[in-house]
Amino acid sequence: MLETQAVDYHAILPELIVSGTILLVIVVDVFLGRDRKWWAMPISLVGTAGALAATLTLIGERRETFDGMFVVDPFAVLFKVFFLGTAIVVLAISLRYFREGRYFQGEYYFLLLTAFLGSLTIASSRDLLMLFISLELVSAPGFLIAAFRKSDPRSNESGLKFFLIGVLSAAVMLYGMSLIYGVTGTTRLDGIAEALAGPAGEGPLPLAAIFMVIVGFGFKVSAVPFQFWAPDTYEGAPVPVAAFLSVASKAAGFAGLLILMFLGFGPLSEFWTPIFFVLSAATMTIGNLLALQQTQVVRLLAYSSIAQAGYMLLPFALVGGSVGNDRAAFAASMLYILIYGVMNLGAFTVVVAIARDAPGVLVSDFAGLSRRAPVLAIGMGVFLVSLGGIPPTAGFWAKFFIFTAAIERGGLGVWLAAIMVVNSVISLYYYLAIAKQMFFAEGEDRPLASPALLTGVAALAMVAVIVLGVYPDLFARFPPGATLVP
Amino acid sequence: MIRLPLVLFFSAGLFSVGVYGVLARRNAVLVLMSIELMLNAVNVNLVAFSQLLRDTILAGQVFALFVITVAAAEVGIGLAIVILIYRNRETINIDEVNLLKW
Repeated sequence: MLETQAVDYHAILPELIVSGTILLVIVVDVFLGRDRKWWAMPISLVGTAGALAATLTLIGERRETFDGMFVVDPFAVLFKVFFLGTAIVVLAISLRYFREGRYFQGEYYFLLLTAFLGSLTIASSRDLLMLFISLELVSAPGFLIAAFRKSDPRSNESGLKFFLIGVLSAAVMLYGMSLIYGVTGTTRLDGIAEALAGPAGEGPLPLAAIFMVIVGFGFKVSAVPFQFWAPDTYEGAPVPVAAFLSVASKAAGFAGLLILMFLGFGPLSEFWTPIFFVLSAATMTIGNLLALQQTQVVRLLAYSSIAQAGYMLLPFALVGGSVGNDRAAFAASMLYILIYGVMNLGAFTVVVAIARDAPGVLVSDFAGLSRRAPVLAIGMGVFLVSLGGIPPTAGFWAKFFIFTAAIERGGLGVWLAAIMVVNSVISLYYYLAIAKQMFFAEGEDRPLASPALLTGVAALAMVAVIVLGVYPDLFARFPPGATLVP
Repeated sequence: MIRLPLVLFFSAGLFSVGVYGVLARRNAVLVLMSIELMLNAVNVNLVAFSQLLRDTILAGQVFALFVITVAAAEVGIGLAIVILIYRNRETINIDEVNLLKW
């Protein structure tokens, strides 16, 4: 017989606080007058900050509850702090955009927080069922907020494409998960790893299952050849939502992928490393080549984020050597995701500020920005240089860790490292094209009115990128031992 | 007692029909229904495996329940988006929804 288990409420406190805030936001919204609907944002902000404080009390803890389906360890805490920080930034850059557009603000913050709740539980999932529900919790509100400008056909289209691809990928991934369950007899990741190391791991069935799961995640993290939805969705969605999709949604997908590949499918790494080799090489190359031709900045950042996903996928192709190699690969991928999050959020913050003035956000709209809004221009310059991987910014170290991990692994890793270096050079062309517009092109002379909130967030992200560039092991040291490699 | 391979072939067939529908149909509602077929193939798999494995905690059947719930929620979201598109464009043919490209 099953016994009732005590729930460890401290372990799930951040999720509880966010859930409470979600309910509060949607209830309070009903009672607010038309001009006060934006109050939903400060309420969400307080709730998110509370959840962040609760997460900080869990540093260094190792807890598990719900029969091991939900785990708090340094890896989970690190990602939760990252997701909650992202939530605060996305909330801050959403306020003006949605208030001035008079969209359904209560519903928007409700959906946004729900998506972040999903990303919090992903980091703690150690079970296929939990992982699936968390992923859906991130995606499903995402479909709706992508289509949030209801009367704009482009936003509708963005939502439809994201929805169809999202549900299709979920179905493929689920079919793979159901086969994994059939082969191994459990949905717990530790049990799956144990079973796959034994006779259950033989034959084509587990391989087909893993392949389907990887395809499902390929859609989620927009890896080539499953990337085509991303540029359309980012361009059509409201700009703060594009920031959310390209950072939080993508990082959530990668967190799930890290957990699944390293904890669950580790014993069959010989089968899946070649898949990641192809995915990674194709994703960074094609993402970069298509980004070269873009004139619309959100679309350019979309292709850039596809290319960046290629770098994040690279360490997965390095698994299977010594334990030391695996650890280096894991840390490299994780650090890249987190650092990418900081610099990309910063870039999107500047884009939100520009979009208030020029809704089309073309590259030429950045002309003369250094004279119109110096703080934003310097910030954007730092983010672009960092995305391109030039020292002394955080982006350089992110690439450096992947590069050294690949070289130390040897074999095909050296090839991947070479492809990555070539791609970084290509990417500089389009990143610096924007910088050139900002600092050297002649543009309008009237100053750009940027809300203090946006300028502040951009300045903060800029400081973070530079500090991480000077002390690159900040993420690696805090909290210590955030690895899933035994 | 139905034998397991039979059930697995049935679910694989159902899944394939769903994939074909997603790729070949142009009407957004039919695409949605094809995706439902794929999700139901997953449910058949999960329940069949749960029965075969004599799983004492019924993980597969519980999983299937969650899949049903999530599928229902997703159809709700999908129809909402399709209705929006119909209001603005008077069409739900996904080939005609093509404002954004390259």
